[in-house]
Amino acid sequence: MSGNHTAAAQAAKRQRGSIGDRWRRLPRWQRVLGALAGIVFLYYLPFLGIPGLVYLRTDLADQGSAWSAVLFNCAVYVIIALGLNVVVGLAGLLDLGYVGFFALGAYSVALFGSTNSPVVKALQVKLGLPQDWAVAWALCIPIAIVLAMISGVILGWPTLRLRGDYLAIVTLGFGEIIRICARNLDGVTSGAQGISEVPGPSGPPAAGNLFGIIDTKPWYWLALTVVLFVVFLVRRLENSRPGRAWLAIREDEDAAAVMGVYPFKFKLWAFAIGAALGGVAGFLYGSKAGFVEPSQFDVNLSILFVAMVVVGGSGNMAGVALGAVLLTYLPERFREFSDYRVLVFGMAMVAVMVLRPQGLIPSKRRARELHDRAEEAKVNVA
Amino acid sequence: MSHNVENRADEARVPLLEIDKVTLRFGGVVALDNVNFTLYRGEILGLIGPNGAGKTTCFNAITGVYKPTAGEVRFDGQTVTGRRPFEINNLGIARTFQNIRLFPEMTALENVIVGCDARHKTSVAGTLFRLPRIKPKPHELPVVDATNGMVRSWQSLRLACAKAFGISRHTLEERAGEAKAMELLRFVGIADRANEQARNLPYGYQRRLEIARALATEPKLLCLDEPAAGFNPAEKEELNQLIRRIRDNGYSVLLIEHDMRLVMGVTDRIVVLEFGKKIAEGSPAEVRENPKVIAAYLGVQEDAA
Repeated sequence: MSGNHTAAAQAAKRQRGSIGDRWRRLPRWQRVLGALAGIVFLYYLPFLGIPGLVYLRTDLADQGSAWSAVLFNCAVYVIIALGLNVVVGLAGLLDLGYVGFFALGAYSVALFGSTNSPVVKALQVKLGLPQDWAVAWALCIPIAIVLAMISGVILGWPTLRLRGDYLAIVTLGFGEIIRICARNLDGVTSGAQGISEVPGPSGPPAAGNLFGIIDTKPWYWLALTVVLFVVFLVRRLENSRPGRAWLAIREDEDAAAVMGVYPFKFKLWAFAIGAALGGVAGFLYGSKAGFVEPSQFDVNLSILFVAMVVVGGSGNMAGVALGAVLLTYLPERFREFSDYRVLVFGMAMVAVMVLRPQGLIPSKRRARELHDRAEEAKVNVA
Repeated sequence: MSHNVENRADEARVPLLEIDKVTLRFGGVVALDNVNFTLYRGEILGLIGPNGAGKTTCFNAITGVYKPTAGEVRFDGQTVTGRRPFEINNLGIARTFQNIRLFPEMTALENVIVGCDARHKTSVAGTLFRLPRIKPKPHELPVVDATNGMVRSWQSLRLACAKAFGISRHTLEERAGEAKAMELLRFVGIADRANEQARNLPYGYQRRLEIARALATEPKLLCLDEPAAGFNPAEKEELNQLIRRIRDNGYSVLLIEHDMRLVMGVTDRIVVLEFGKKIAEGSPAEVRENPKVIAAYLGVQEDAA
């Protein structure tokens, strides 16, 4: 009896489909309206006044709650998760050195935009420029993107011949190399001392800036705008020739190559796109912080980034965004228990891996691939 | 399928694929030993031999999965040996696999579109920025056919934009790819399940989907690796018809197959391999009578004397 009941319930559920299916079945104008409403809500978020939600003990700058600063962090990490999702979720390449690109983005705005950076000082002397000259903030954006992309290609060129775990190890090394270089190249990065006076959109940190440290709402809106732009671009990639090539490579690289897909080229592109997004995220992070130093970019952060993608649902943009928001917001919200953060974090990871290995909002394809592999493993054991 | 239709009689005996003294060793194992044969344009060449004779290895040497230890493969006047698999595909050689290797999570249609993508150019930059813009041909322009006023003005706006700024190569290729993929699915007879995941398709459909995916790369030569494995007689007959139709559309076919009735019925010539060596070559009738071939398949009696 109960068996029948559950079967019927399952059939009904299948008919209704998941939330995503029901969403896709709506008429186009309803989806556009829904998306617009969602975007408006996201921009409104800093004014949201739900006491338990927005109460954060980060610092006292914003009347005891740095709600919009945390929102900004969430947005930056969402950009990172979206970028890493291109590499890990779409192309299926495990990259454990993603923090390297994040650091490069932050250091590009610091090295070229801050009057305190050795690079800018050297340029001032060489070109006979005034003491307060530095590269404009807006010009640092393309610098950050290009530097990150170039480093992505430099990392990918020799290493993308490796597969699976080997690639993961090499990329792990890359993340460390960037951090160690940043710490030891005193003449370029001022080493462990770090670089201060990193500019924002309204110039170097100063009182009365629109993009200041007291009121961080403009920063959040800026980052959110970048997030929306990134979502727009990555969606274009997903449903197109490169997106299909990535999927084909992930599913069967050799068969894809025989069908005319050049795996190396598309894997390198995935790396470059991921690196560029990591660079953009680092750029935003560095400009908001106003101060960049090597210890902000240690290897734990790389692991955290991968965790965001895996917990949220590798391959699905909504999933990885949720993963990024949760893994940024929850540690801030529960700062009281920060001594136990690592413990809770570990337990949560184990719980997700046991209960929902495909992630919170999985990509349909990814979930099935995982399921198939589990079935194969069962068969092999039996 | 208007592609490639030419008069085959005129160009008979023009070599398309030349296997020239190809040897392939894996350590001490000689998988292919000085194999020579030629496939002529427009013909269906059968490659047969007992299990382990080196047929699939030969395919792998042709399609760049393995590099021959010695010898050369030439295709359409160009050296194939040493090129990477995707380059060889671009030259015009497509293949299917003995153990089906589709992209299981993609739909049937998407699988074929991946094949079509082999001839497309739009890469990451073109996809992101929708460049370059191409002046559309009249039939590529958006249609204005809605009766609803708002929708109609939206369509008119799109038409005006397409006329003024052109249409991106990405969009044109996506449309062309989808249309061609659908046509190929109809050609192999599985269009009714175009939007189903490849892994959920019945076995026979998967085999035919592999053929459609290979054809989508617009090859001159199609290599089929045991396409009839696991088929019942009715399905084999359908496959026979399909291979003939493929040839009639101007493709050359290299066919590995164990089913003798199919091979003898469909091929123009046959090459027989045994233990990596070519032991016979000729028309089906000649090969059938060849004592070496009979010995290879049935074995020789040790105490024949």
